[in-house]
Amino acid sequence: MRGIWFWIALVAIFVAGNVLTLTIENTFLFYAGYTVLQFVVLATAWNILGGFTGYVNFGSAAFFAVGAYTSIALQKWLGLPLPLLIVAGGVVAGLIGLGVGFLTLRLRGVFFAIATLALAVVLETVVTNWEYVGGAKGTYVIPPDGMLYFDEFIEGLFAVMLLLALFAVGVAKAINDSRFGRGLAAIRDDEVAAEATGVPTLRLKLISTTVSGALMGIAGAPYPLYVTYVDPVSAFNLTYAVNAIAMPLIGGTTVWFGPVIGALLLGVMQQWLTVVQLFEGAGQELNLLVVGVMLVGFVILAPQGIVGLIRRLFGRRKA
Amino acid sequence: MFSIDLLANAVVAGVLLGGFYAAVALGLTIAFGQLDVVNIAHPIFIIFGSFCTYVAHERLGLDPVVTGVLLMPFFFVIGVALYSVYYSSFERRGDDALRGLAFFFGILFIVEVLLIMTFGVDYRLVETAYIGESIHLGGVGIPFRLLVPFLVAAVMTAGLYFYLSRTFIGRAILAVSQDRLALQLMGADPVRIKRIAFGLALATTAVAGALLIMIQPVEPSVGRLYIGRAFAIVVLGGMTSISGTFVAALLLGVVESLVATFIGPSWAPAVAFGFLLITLAVRPAGLFGR
Repeated sequence: MRGIWFWIALVAIFVAGNVLTLTIENTFLFYAGYTVLQFVVLATAWNILGGFTGYVNFGSAAFFAVGAYTSIALQKWLGLPLPLLIVAGGVVAGLIGLGVGFLTLRLRGVFFAIATLALAVVLETVVTNWEYVGGAKGTYVIPPDGMLYFDEFIEGLFAVMLLLALFAVGVAKAINDSRFGRGLAAIRDDEVAAEATGVPTLRLKLISTTVSGALMGIAGAPYPLYVTYVDPVSAFNLTYAVNAIAMPLIGGTTVWFGPVIGALLLGVMQQWLTVVQLFEGAGQELNLLVVGVMLVGFVILAPQGIVGLIRRLFGRRKA
Repeated sequence: MFSIDLLANAVVAGVLLGGFYAAVALGLTIAFGQLDVVNIAHPIFIIFGSFCTYVAHERLGLDPVVTGVLLMPFFFVIGVALYSVYYSSFERRGDDALRGLAFFFGILFIVEVLLIMTFGVDYRLVETAYIGESIHLGGVGIPFRLLVPFLVAAVMTAGLYFYLSRTFIGRAILAVSQDRLALQLMGADPVRIKRIAFGLALATTAVAGALLIMIQPVEPSVGRLYIGRAFAIVVLGGMTSISGTFVAALLLGVVESLVATFIGPSWAPAVAFGFLLITLAVRPAGLFGR
């Protein structure tokens, strides 16, 4: 029964988000909300591989940018509508995840991590040299005036990202509860033992890499319409990679809601820091410094993240 | 487009550049290959070394190579401290795979952001009297700004090679990389040895940083390009071998230089990744592995 309530809650949140777009006039909230939700997708996607399976992806920015650039290329070439761009972004990013996984996942886990780091540099090089999508100069994307029943385009985009975030969380929860998810957990806890007891480790790892990469691509696909100007430096920004790792590790990696907590907390905090400007000249860098310090602090002091802290607190109270 | 002169120049420049890449990768061969500590923050310490060199040059007029050597003890101490934190927080708990990697990623990121906050994103360069000079042999030009780093890197490689094979501590480092338990049974403390070795690995980044800022202008995010390069060299060189690292570095330098000359400089960063993937897919033991 609990399972049903989860899906009802997802639908309710989506409906509530749509009601908000009709009642709130201030569009800044939707710009900020879009960014936070985008991080919910990225963090949840990272966690399917990182938290559930135990393989570190440092190239989240690359998968995100693949989604963004797939969407730019297809829109320019075929003029596809947004839903198809999102699907295409997911497919291409998923295939890249599968490819990298296929080449490196049979070896030790660190090689996969290193390959994803290098992948980001290589894909950025490719896009920088690809004139059709703007090359190093970048490219402009002109968003339409409105979308469906929304007054402002950004409200529609916010609703789209909300849907994607709920979709990602739904996928993570479904994996978390499934036989497949238990297989992944077995790999994370002891890969040799998992292999020995008949878990098809390579196949599960490849599926996990593909799903994780695809969700990151999905997060990136609407990005060109959101920022309207995309260049390789902004699309491949290390910010995405760092946040995608920091959010699940700070929230808690072993359950589906850990990354959601981390993403909401860090995402809102970064938006807040951007608005309040703690001191003269405090910019984007301060944001990133805070995230970096929190990441290191949490992995050293609270390895199970916020979820672990709460559980420990709760357990103590009960005892 | 193609000419023998161009080819000769590209190969010579590649060999010189490769020597410098050896300086970049040596520390990682020790940390990653021998100690099994996946220090992905390695390149950012090279950039940190570059900025230290820049400041020493601007304020005190110190020569970059001299600065690099003078910085080594300082970087050694950072390395010892960093490994101590890593050991007590991750390695001892057996939790080094996921969180240990995230730890070094966080360190990389923090150092990079601090450098951006201090120096901005402008490119910095060190100019000394000899850097602009070059020798000409036939049609081949040998610029000092590549030759000096090559020579310094070669000396450092030789120094490390002899240190690891001839001295007591050096042999202990090799021993800890081969069989930790056996070393413990012989009465040596593996953690102390690893601490020293990691300090040594970080000390090499001080020199590599000083060399880097002689070769090219540096800004904080340049380090990212060296992540793929450094790891590709270490893997190709067979993970643990100092001489293998040097040969792999020369190879990468030459191929990168050829690609930059005949295909285009903007494609050069992709070469290292190609090297890495091909090595992992075809020959994970490296060039000189069994």
